[in-house]
Amino acid sequence: MNQQSIQYQGGILAVIALLTSAALVIANNLTHDAIEQSRLEDLKAFLTQVVPKDYYDNDLVKDTVSLKLQGEAETTIYKGRLQNKVNAVAFEWTAKGGYAGNIKVILGIDRDGKVLGARVLAHNETPGLGDKIEVKRSDWITKFNGLSLENPPVDKWGVKKDGGIFDQFTGATITPRAVVKGIKEALQVFQAHRATILGE
Amino acid sequence: MNYRQIISEGLWGNNVVLAQNIALCPLLAVTSTATNGLGMGLATTAVLIASNVAISLVRSFIPSEVRIPAFIVLIATIVTLVDMGMNAYIHELYKVLGLFIPLIVVNCAVLARAESFASQNPVFPSAVDGLFMGIGFTLGLVLLGGIREIIGSGTLFSGASLLLGQNFAFLEMTIIPHYKGVLLMILPPGGFVAMGFLIVGKRLLDNRAKQKAAAISSETVAA
Repeated sequence: MNQQSIQYQGGILAVIALLTSAALVIANNLTHDAIEQSRLEDLKAFLTQVVPKDYYDNDLVKDTVSLKLQGEAETTIYKGRLQNKVNAVAFEWTAKGGYAGNIKVILGIDRDGKVLGARVLAHNETPGLGDKIEVKRSDWITKFNGLSLENPPVDKWGVKKDGGIFDQFTGATITPRAVVKGIKEALQVFQAHRATILGE
Repeated sequence: MNYRQIISEGLWGNNVVLAQNIALCPLLAVTSTATNGLGMGLATTAVLIASNVAISLVRSFIPSEVRIPAFIVLIATIVTLVDMGMNAYIHELYKVLGLFIPLIVVNCAVLARAESFASQNPVFPSAVDGLFMGIGFTLGLVLLGGIREIIGSGTLFSGASLLLGQNFAFLEMTIIPHYKGVLLMILPPGGFVAMGFLIVGKRLLDNRAKQKAAAISSETVAA
């Protein structure tokens, strides 16, 4: 067939589109379970980082409750129970206003609203600047451990530049500011919906 | 074109970063540290080899009028397959490199090699071309990342153990202790500045080599 004809050229593009789409569908089917599996393992690893082991004796990946907030996507809350009493919870929260979009954090809170641990799950901040919010690059995020809305008082929940108590990074203020604000919001959500979350 | 020529073109003569001056978007975005440059370079090398092979295989079926959309679809598919495959089977490495992989789709070096080499050459030379263009790109990225990292934050290869495993932790060096850092070098403008100096350096070396060659040939003529 003549390679210059419009039919051949259109046809070959269609064939390529078909073959590549087929390859993507097959690859997606092959890898879907493995990717989901690694996602769950990552989640479990993060949950054990933000909720210390002696706070629960159940499988907290499976013990969940959903919380639907006005204007937000549904939040899944993982409950850690000790002798059947909810002792600590962990949930993902999206901190808005990062330097490059939203920052996803996971937060562990004890039943009285004290931070047990916080970790950044996903972000697009500048490598080498904003990525110090990751625990593997700096211990900044661990400074939240033990804090609550009373300690420090709510108006001190900000970076030092804004009169708060948290360090900003050299050359990157927006990123830590967004994370601090996000964690504060998450604590406020817990405070407001404590009864629903704990199921008591 | 023989293999020796392909290799030297890829590493030096036609180096993606220093001579072709393309693929600047991912280049300036990720080279704030040498480790990031290395990760991006390795991922791009893998995609370059795969895309060169794929395009060389189908080159006789694709008329030149529709080659660009055909190549772009093929490259985007390969990048997505690499992304999914790494996420599923080498998840630990994916957690580090995953950030860079979608950037490879917009890396015009991959399309440029498809267009100027793989679409006109058999499979094996195309694979070799992909490999050495990739290595040349990686060298450029690591060099640029290293310069920016030393001037910008006073360290070299920070985070290398995350990318390459604990055995490579020795690569992580603090060149200038208690260094305040030069923010400009970490941000993209610093990348442009550093890259300008790298290109100057390459031109100087090339010119010197040329003068030497000219001097030798005139000597032989005189003799």
